[in-house]
Amino acid sequence: MSIIKVNNLTKKFHEVTAVDNISFEVAEGEIFAFLGPNGAGKSTTIKMLTTLLHPTSGTLKLNGFNPVTDPSDVRRSFGIVFQDPSLDDELTAWENMEFHGVLYDIEKKLRRERIKQLLEYVELWDRKDDLVKHFSGGMKRRLEIARGLLHHPKILFLDEPTLGLDPQTRNHVWTYVQELNKSEGITVFFTTHYMQEAERAAKRIAIIDHGKIIASGSADELKNKTQTSSLEDAFLSLTGDMIREEAGTSLDNMRSRMRVYKR
Amino acid sequence: MNTIYILWIRQLKRFIRSKSRIIGSLGQPVLFLLALGYGFGPVFQKAGEGSYLQFLAPGVIGMSIIFTAIFSGMEIIWDRQFGFLKETLVAPVSRLNIMIGRTLGGATVATIQGAIVFCISLLAGFRPYHWTSVPLALLAMSLIALLFTAFGTAIASRMQDMHGFQLVINFLVMPLFFLSGSLFPLQGLPVAIYIVASLDPLTYGVDALRGALTNTGHFNLSLDFLVLTLVTATFLVIGSWLFSKIEV
Repeated sequence: MSIIKVNNLTKKFHEVTAVDNISFEVAEGEIFAFLGPNGAGKSTTIKMLTTLLHPTSGTLKLNGFNPVTDPSDVRRSFGIVFQDPSLDDELTAWENMEFHGVLYDIEKKLRRERIKQLLEYVELWDRKDDLVKHFSGGMKRRLEIARGLLHHPKILFLDEPTLGLDPQTRNHVWTYVQELNKSEGITVFFTTHYMQEAERAAKRIAIIDHGKIIASGSADELKNKTQTSSLEDAFLSLTGDMIREEAGTSLDNMRSRMRVYKR
Repeated sequence: MNTIYILWIRQLKRFIRSKSRIIGSLGQPVLFLLALGYGFGPVFQKAGEGSYLQFLAPGVIGMSIIFTAIFSGMEIIWDRQFGFLKETLVAPVSRLNIMIGRTLGGATVATIQGAIVFCISLLAGFRPYHWTSVPLALLAMSLIALLFTAFGTAIASRMQDMHGFQLVINFLVMPLFFLSGSLFPLQGLPVAIYIVASLDPLTYGVDALRGALTNTGHFNLSLDFLVLTLVTATFLVIGSWLFSKIEV
């Protein structure tokens, strides 16, 4: 049973085609990696799947619902950890969870139970009343994962969830995700630039470049196909070794400047 | 309903937790009240217009509300920048409810700010002509707050980052404030200024405050409230529409 179905999906921004006629399916309970160089169309695809952008053409189905026509049903079906932080720094960890639970209309008693359970799960329960702005990057990531799971989604989107984390925290995050996938049967759709992560966690991998899916299969299949010994080499052999220019929006520029200030 | 409530309470919590912002935003009104109120007082008196402080206080209350309200509305840009906006936009709630919750939250914050400035003006020597008129003044304050929070939301929905913030302050908020008759009486103005002032929604807000607090409004109090309500409704519709068009 496919829980995500994408058919001939295309997204154009003015003349630029960010996603060019892609089709793929993700089976229920699968861990699926969506890889590609910067600017290949990964985030645009995720934004269309998660109702943040409307496709130019093609069809999408998530958990049987269409993001364009039934956004609310789709939104209840997935949880997401965005590429950039998306917590309210001025609220506590508990308040961030509570906010999410109310938006997803989870009944109060159940909501409180789950918040406790999830915060314990990501080992943040003893910090629940601290403002998020005092958290480290890894703690924020864990909190975001806990939040994304609060409404018991069928699909969890992870858009570069381990960006900027140290190996310990990365390992921690992936252990959670894999456990969750096993115990709850949650479908995981993730992007990453760390090929070892994809190799370790993903059952199936699709590689997108210039808006087109250029290869898909298990890590071993991709390695066999390209006659390489690691997924990293397979990836480079498929996408070439040119460095990509990603058009930065003013928002990205501002963010990178903020990062400089923080140092 | 719950959605609106949680968004509202969020704005309030953020406001209460940013002590520096509360104190910082009180500096300007205090300066206006003391420097202008006492500085121009003698001249105003000689011109036969009575106490300038009595005249000025409603204008300064209006000023603190418009600044806080526009800033609250524009907080969407911060949310967009810090990613929190996406969290609300992927939730299974309507954009309209998000906009309403945020706007009510921002407007409540701005009204509280206005009420604080009202209390400060009492300390500075301002006296309403009758205490029973204070609730009416609070109503006017919340309408001004709602109007300009919706206005800020509308602008911010079209902006990607804070670069344009100075532009908005210098070319929109400042003129709206200075041309609103907050600082000078509307009687006997040059025609051009009078026309501009009568097109400025803040004029009616401040006039309503003045009418309620000191019974010296230029326009009829019901006209003030009618204009305020209509303009607020218009901005709420425009703000909601632009907010619903946001893509991240």
